[in-house]
Amino acid sequence: MPSHVSFIMDGNRRYARKNKLKQVAGHEAGYFALLSMVTYCYELGIKYVTAYAFSIDNFNRRPEEVQSIMDLMTEKFELLCRKDSVVNGYSIRVHVSGNLQLLPQHSRDAANKLMSLTVNNFGLLLTICVAYTSTDEIIHAVEKCCEEKWVENDGRTISLADIEKRMYMEIAPDLDIVIRTSGENRLSNFLLWQTAKSYLYSTSALWLEIRIWHLVWAVFNFQRYQLLQKKEE
Amino acid sequence: MLSLRFAIPTANTLTPPKIKPKPGLVVQTAWNQTDLFPSLPKRYDYKLQAATTDLSVAGDIPAEEVVELPAELSRELLPKHVAVIMDGNGRWARQRGLATSAGHEAGVKALRELIELCCQWGIQVLTVFAFSYENWIRPKVEVDFLMSLFERALKSEMESFSRGGIRISVIGDSTKLPTSLQKLINEVEETTKHNSRLQLIVAVSYSGKYDVVQACRSVAEKAKDGQIQLDDINESLIEQELETNCTEHPYPDLLIRTSGELRVSNFLLWQLAYTELFFAQELWPDFRKDEFVDALSSYQQRQRRYGGRH
Repeated sequence: MPSHVSFIMDGNRRYARKNKLKQVAGHEAGYFALLSMVTYCYELGIKYVTAYAFSIDNFNRRPEEVQSIMDLMTEKFELLCRKDSVVNGYSIRVHVSGNLQLLPQHSRDAANKLMSLTVNNFGLLLTICVAYTSTDEIIHAVEKCCEEKWVENDGRTISLADIEKRMYMEIAPDLDIVIRTSGENRLSNFLLWQTAKSYLYSTSALWLEIRIWHLVWAVFNFQRYQLLQKKEE
Repeated sequence: MLSLRFAIPTANTLTPPKIKPKPGLVVQTAWNQTDLFPSLPKRYDYKLQAATTDLSVAGDIPAEEVVELPAELSRELLPKHVAVIMDGNGRWARQRGLATSAGHEAGVKALRELIELCCQWGIQVLTVFAFSYENWIRPKVEVDFLMSLFERALKSEMESFSRGGIRISVIGDSTKLPTSLQKLINEVEETTKHNSRLQLIVAVSYSGKYDVVQACRSVAEKAKDGQIQLDDINESLIEQELETNCTEHPYPDLLIRTSGELRVSNFLLWQLAYTELFFAQELWPDFRKDEFVDALSSYQQRQRRYGGRH
């Protein structure tokens, strides 16, 4: 069974257009789709799930859309803080990865609150990437390396381990599977470092059309590859 | 501090394709990419030829020829930079009951054809993943054969590349390569450095992660020495230190991987951030003109939004 699966949740706006809904309704429904996929992963025994919710590039979208997504994010983070929420039911620890300084204060506060409330949950680690790009993550790690190494006055040069330790995603192991919806075949600056050896699965289903059998099919093909690798060795 | 990528989206709805794509070509999905029971390729007689030093097949690459594109392709929508993971030589040889070396030789022929097509169709940069840093663990016999194959191929093609206007650059950790190959690489790079028709970047002993680490290291050293401020560290500084700084177009528009594997295997990590990925079922020696046209056609159908609006 893979230990870390990630989702690039693409296609909410297209789904909203297709079903004549408001754009924000598409994103809201996307949140519920994510929760379903997380519970399926939990049932399958997958310990780490990462979702690409909002890229730094997405700030280029219309300000009204960005604003509505930020408000939705705050609302959902606060909802998940409640005692009866699904994260407590399944003992899910939530981590928010990204350059949180780029978020409005209310979203940042809600994210920090959710992270501290769930820090002791041990069932599954759900990482939500917000205000995230891989290239930004690497730059942030390099800056931290520079700051900390100067403080330590360490003469060594920066190593791979130094960078990895300071990445937002240091909290989870390397990815086994990346699932991207809505038919696009690209990584869009998501977890480039962590997907060096991952199985990339692209489905033409929009994010809101994703079902358990997409996940099962991806896991099945991942396992098939593992078996073939073992045979060749 | 942050340098946001405001790349201009190249929405390809301006020039609609002339011919509708065949089913299964537009955006590969896992449903038609990975068959549970793939049908075996047709058997045909393949006579093993003794390995020769001269790997030229179809003669020299014609210089500066203007060639018409296949009907499905549009010149304005061709990618500037194509990257290829040439996977499947070993499997190709096994399927025919041949030694792995025969698969690699056949792979070189396929590469030569791809180089010619890129030259003819005006693609500016072609990057090929010849040998990964992780491949050093393969059996010594195979590794030694590959090193000698690179040497023979470079020697036999050097003149032809020069005449054809091809510039060769080699990226990767060259310290692990045999000394004779290192010397030859330096010679070829020096000889072809002024050529401008096509830049062929060959990744040998290359790891995407280590490329990023060495770039970060260089930037950190500059910051430590006071050449730059900590706040100045941005994406473009890192980009300048990556090994792909040998070209004006370091980011591939299209990455093709053959043999049905759905992964990037530590190839060009940073540079692939917005690259369109195309996964071909064919094994590398079987990836020829038609298959390349399929990949380019799929690329031309895609809407590249770079995270922005439609």
